[in-house]
Amino acid sequence: MAKRIDVSGLNVYYGAFRAVEDVSMTIEPRSVTAFIGPSGCGKSTYLRALNRMHEVIPGTRVEGKVLLDDQDIYAANVDPVAVRGQIGMVFQRPNPFPTMSIYDNVIAGVRLNGRRMPKAELDALVERALRGANLWNEVKDRLNRPGAGLSGGQQQRLCIARAIAVRPDVLLMDEPCSALDPISTLAIEDLIAELKTEYTIVIVTHNMQQAARVSETTAFFNLSAPGKGGMLVEMGDTNKIFTNPDKKDTENYITGRFG
Amino acid sequence: MSTLTTPPAAPGAGVSLLSRSLPRWAPAATLAGSAAVVAAVLVAVGAFGLAQWTVLSVLLFAVTITAASASVEGGRRAKDRLVTTLVYVCFGLAMIPLVSVLWTTVQNGVLRLDPYFLQTSMRNVLARDDAGGAYHAIMGTLIVTGWATVISVPVGLMTAIYLVEYGRGRLAQAITFFVDVMTGIPSIVAGLFIAALWLQLFGAGNFMGFAGSCALSVLMIPVVVRSSEEMLKLVPNELREASYALGVPKWRTIVKVVLPTSIAGVTTGVMIAIARIIGETAPLLVTAGFTDSINFNAFDSRMITLPVYVYRQISQGGQIPFERAWAAALTLIVIVMALNLLARLVSRIFAPRTGR
Ligand SMILES: Nc1ncnc2c1ncn2[C@@H]1O[C@H](COP(=O)(O)OP(=O)(O)O)[C@@H](O)[C@H]1O
Ligand SMILES: [Mg+2]
Repeated sequence: MAKRIDVSGLNVYYGAFRAVEDVSMTIEPRSVTAFIGPSGCGKSTYLRALNRMHEVIPGTRVEGKVLLDDQDIYAANVDPVAVRGQIGMVFQRPNPFPTMSIYDNVIAGVRLNGRRMPKAELDALVERALRGANLWNEVKDRLNRPGAGLSGGQQQRLCIARAIAVRPDVLLMDEPCSALDPISTLAIEDLIAELKTEYTIVIVTHNMQQAARVSETTAFFNLSAPGKGGMLVEMGDTNKIFTNPDKKDTENYITGRFG
Repeated sequence: MSTLTTPPAAPGAGVSLLSRSLPRWAPAATLAGSAAVVAAVLVAVGAFGLAQWTVLSVLLFAVTITAASASVEGGRRAKDRLVTTLVYVCFGLAMIPLVSVLWTTVQNGVLRLDPYFLQTSMRNVLARDDAGGAYHAIMGTLIVTGWATVISVPVGLMTAIYLVEYGRGRLAQAITFFVDVMTGIPSIVAGLFIAALWLQLFGAGNFMGFAGSCALSVLMIPVVVRSSEEMLKLVPNELREASYALGVPKWRTIVKVVLPTSIAGVTTGVMIAIARIIGETAPLLVTAGFTDSINFNAFDSRMITLPVYVYRQISQGGQIPFERAWAAALTLIVIVMALNLLARLVSRIFAPRTGR
């Protein structure tokens, strides 16, 4: 569980457009790494390249290396499906499966993959995942109701439960709170703080306080030039980035002078 | 702090938001009044008839309500009244043929539609005999349409899946183009195509129900492709990505997430396609032929369906064949309606639940 990610020289292209330019970084296990930066600077693109989710968009291409511990996830005969099984993802908008109950949503990773498990084990898995996502107490009496009937914040925690139920090593979160109210946001932040004891967590956020509150390490992305792709400007200890960044751009962004 | 500037006066400030309007009962009263006036005038000149009464009443109503509205409520409301009247009139016009067809069919159909009619074939019955029924045609309709559905749904659905989930570039474009072309094929051409194919494969005079099913498939497949394609496109990409992010392969995502999410719409589309082909006559005449006997085997000898049965009866002439034809037509409508109800039930059962 909880693996290190080592990225070197990663470029991501949409057709001819280079959306992410030459990013290298190391993401430590059992910690939270936050990506911040203005809209359109390629944070989502880069994040999706970390578990090969970008490949579902036609015309995308990647250059560079992404090591999960010692394995290159872009090596020749690596199955992207297997990669995604180890590197889970939570999206900006909660997206529970509308045809499934809360219970079935949590075990979707098992069911959709056609794996069989005794009922008792499934029950235990559901409880563990929902407890892990701080949702158990709210839904334990209505596990068979549709997942789409929950509030937005509950749906997002259901999606997190669904993601951790497949026991990934890494959890990627793309602005998981941007569609949520402050109370639900706090619930998710608490959850992230608990999850980092077991997982490697990467979170994209537009909320500076959130980055400061939840992360150990912060990476600041910016456009390399207007109309061009995004690049990594600076990465380091969250405290340092927010109090004493090395680069002028970082300071300007954090103090709200642009972006 | 800077001083607050006073907001600029709103345009038309000081003018009341209230405006004069006709009372709510005005349209009803005007309609009743118009009808009464027109009736009186028509009776006076001795030319009363339902048609002229309706048309003139509606005309008078449209003029009166628009004029009244223009003088009391102003131009915009008057236009609204006029267009509202127009829309209702068009709706009424569109309903006339529908109601009329249903009415005529029921009126003529019930003369002969009884359990005997539903349970007897035309075997050894002369055209003018007061006997015989459509049992063989009902069974033929169900069998021929059933086989057509069995062929068309997998082919059409998989084509739609290919187009939405996999298709890129030339091949997908070509398929879309040919599906569009197929949608426009006259049904008799589909029939002739299969008839020619059967001639090549089995020699002359080889009518069978399954040939009819194949001809109907040519008509049904493009409808299924089109409607399923639209339904699959409606499935949000986020659901596919949610599934991929759990490490689920693409084919399982399609089978277990995309299809269940869109099943209600796909079912409705299939039902519409069935309704489209169940009433076909021409392609069946040249492929399945017709017969007076019961035949359950789609792969051997002639088979008759309800539309062909209707055609056969009407072309024989006489009162009793006429009644048989209408009874068969009514049976067909009932079957289509039953299928529609079934489809609604199915989509109700499968529809995504929000629980709210
Ligand atoms: N599917 C796509 N096809 C083409 N270009 C895209 C696509 N998605 C994003 N882009 C482009 O890539 C750049 C980075 O986008 P994104 O990764 O979404 O930025 P962020 O998440 O930082 O707001 C933008 O210029 C955007 O227009
Ligand atoms: Mg983004």
